[in-house]
Amino acid sequence: MTDITPEQTGSNRSRSSTELVRQSLARRNRKQKVLQGFGIAAIFFALSMLVILVGSLISTGYPAFTQTHVELEVFVDPEEVDTENLSRGNYDDMIAASLGAYFPDVDMSSRIASREVTQVLSSGAQLKLRDRVLADPSLIGETITIKVPASDNFDQLNKGLIKRDTPEENRRLNDAAIANFDTLDAAGVISAPLNTTLITSADSRFPELAGLKGALVGSFWALLVCFVISFPLGIGAAIYLEEFAPKNRLSDIIEININNLAAVPSVVFGLLALAVFLNWFGMPRSAPIVGGLTLALMTLPTIIIATRAALKAVPPSIREAALGVGASKQQVVFHHVLPLAMPGILTGTIIGMAQALGETAPLLLIGMNAFITSAPSGPFDSATALPTQIFIWADSPERGFVSRTSAAILVLLTFLIFMNAIAIYLRSRFERKW
Amino acid sequence: MTFTKLSVSALAIAAVSATAAAARDEIRVVGSSTVFPYSQAAAEQFGNVSDFPAPIVESTGTGGGMQIFCGGIGEAHADITGASRAMKTSEYELCAGNGVTDITEVQIGSDGLSIAVSRDSAFEWDLTKTQVYLALAAEVPVDGAMVANPYMKWSDIDASLPDADILAYGPPPTSGTRDAFVELAIVEGCMEIPMIEAMGGDWAEDNCARLRSDGPFIEAGENDNLIVQRLQSDANAVGIFGYSFLFENSDTLKAVDIEGVTPSFDTIESGEYGISRPLFFYVKNAHRGVIPGLQEFVEEYTSEESMGPGGYLAERGMVPLGDSKRTEEREEAANAVNMPAK
Repeated sequence: MTDITPEQTGSNRSRSSTELVRQSLARRNRKQKVLQGFGIAAIFFALSMLVILVGSLISTGYPAFTQTHVELEVFVDPEEVDTENLSRGNYDDMIAASLGAYFPDVDMSSRIASREVTQVLSSGAQLKLRDRVLADPSLIGETITIKVPASDNFDQLNKGLIKRDTPEENRRLNDAAIANFDTLDAAGVISAPLNTTLITSADSRFPELAGLKGALVGSFWALLVCFVISFPLGIGAAIYLEEFAPKNRLSDIIEININNLAAVPSVVFGLLALAVFLNWFGMPRSAPIVGGLTLALMTLPTIIIATRAALKAVPPSIREAALGVGASKQQVVFHHVLPLAMPGILTGTIIGMAQALGETAPLLLIGMNAFITSAPSGPFDSATALPTQIFIWADSPERGFVSRTSAAILVLLTFLIFMNAIAIYLRSRFERKW
Repeated sequence: MTFTKLSVSALAIAAVSATAAAARDEIRVVGSSTVFPYSQAAAEQFGNVSDFPAPIVESTGTGGGMQIFCGGIGEAHADITGASRAMKTSEYELCAGNGVTDITEVQIGSDGLSIAVSRDSAFEWDLTKTQVYLALAAEVPVDGAMVANPYMKWSDIDASLPDADILAYGPPPTSGTRDAFVELAIVEGCMEIPMIEAMGGDWAEDNCARLRSDGPFIEAGENDNLIVQRLQSDANAVGIFGYSFLFENSDTLKAVDIEGVTPSFDTIESGEYGISRPLFFYVKNAHRGVIPGLQEFVEEYTSEESMGPGGYLAERGMVPLGDSKRTEEREEAANAVNMPAK
């Protein structure tokens, strides 16, 4: 714009540009309004999706937080218990006998007739009685009060999920079974306390006996292994790359690869784990140690990237001051830079761990979706994890698992929210601004 | 630094538990997703009544289970695999190649495959296998030549069927249920057409077995619950899955009769209902006496309480075998009778 004539740069032109601005003002304001409108609509859409998701989970999941129980007075008949081998007693019959007290018309000695009545109870009822007697053999010969879970169909009936007005031939319980349940209900022995089984038991094929303990412990071990491996390795790699590595083509390639690795789909890590850890190293299937190693591979790039960002955020003046008073480079990093970067590193790590906790695909490939009825006692025992347990339950035909699946998702979400809350707390509490 | 302490102690815990877990002390069962609930039931029962830990059961699909099972002898390989069809020759060869030669084949019962619709559907569905084939196969004979399936509505196939779009949800090719459905319904239905019958069985298997991919047949994944949900939202859609799923959901779904026969435990056992298949499990005999409790678990799995009429497998939807067949299978299982080489 070198050859502009003086007239054009004079007052004449400045007036016209004010004019132009004034003319376009309404249009620009409108554009801004529209943009804001889109923004609000996007937020509203996202929030309503969240409300729908959480709302549907809660509405299907809340029945699983209570479980229908039947309170029974059971006479532990010494004749039915094998004193040599307490676990082999005939606890089934004792339960049936005590239930028979409410049904004087039913001949409880006949297997077929008594089944009509005992189907109200979970098949775990006799095991519960057995465990009581095993824990305290002095109960033999006594009459004890015991609360046993009702079987899934009756639990569903009590919660109104099996509707009484459905025609009998389409209903999962016939009229006689419902009448039996009502007799017990009228006797006041039916209650629906908090479903502690959901947390204290491992998996079972009976919904009323199934719980998340195995999955929780399995997830704990897998995350511990994941943390122990990915945290020191990730920080080590980040410190070297950020503080010591020469800036050349090789370190550029490494950096690009790490960033790409963070975007690799998790199922790829699962296939890698299947090929390397299981087939080559011969590590056990379904074990949290393998799960943890796989998740560590996935979490490493996240931690490296977060750590490098945190290290970069420490101002160079800190490093220069430390070097100035004679600290070695290693002392600078470990005495000054790393402690100052720690809140950022921990935040990144926790978010990485939260991702690992919710990861399903790689665990399916290494067999952590097995049916296991006991909680693992270490990282080498077979176990499931929370997301794979949800996967198993979602695939089970029994009706009781529908609500339990949602309940398990709610438990998983609670853990994720808790972990993210810790990350936010650490960031706001310890972060320093320069 | 606290994190150093934390990791050191965690490593110590891991090291201690590593020594404890040196040997596998629980049985491992893999295999078919159809047999999975039955293995689950037997495993949980076994864990409760015996002093051995409950076996670990994993659902890998029949083919996937065979791959793991035939991987070799030793702790790293599964002891039992469930299958919704008999072991194929290629799988037996894979096993033999890896040293797994002593295998007992046990039939536990049978499974009826059902075609189901929502209870909201007003029509009384009754299809022949040929109609099923004409609705779902990729290529069908029209005027003496095999052409891409032209039928889009049920009424195009037979005027007595409803004037509704053909829409079927079924299992993916990896599933044993799909194999069985293709074999028992599609190929058999195809063979009933005179023109195909004249071509012979092998020709039929090669040319009838492909399911259409132009929309009316939708692969719904291994999750049968998902199919159930979709059927509930569309009254004219049909779903294909194991009879136990229909039985569990009989309040919202009803069966499509096949050649006039409604699937039920009785009609499946008697073979009257056309689409049913045998269920098996395979035991690695070299592991008996090595993996604790394997022999006892096989005995529990084949006990009358388990696979008999009214047993806990029947409660979950399996159709039990007849009396003499059951006794025979039980004895073979207990005595580790090897299956003949294929």
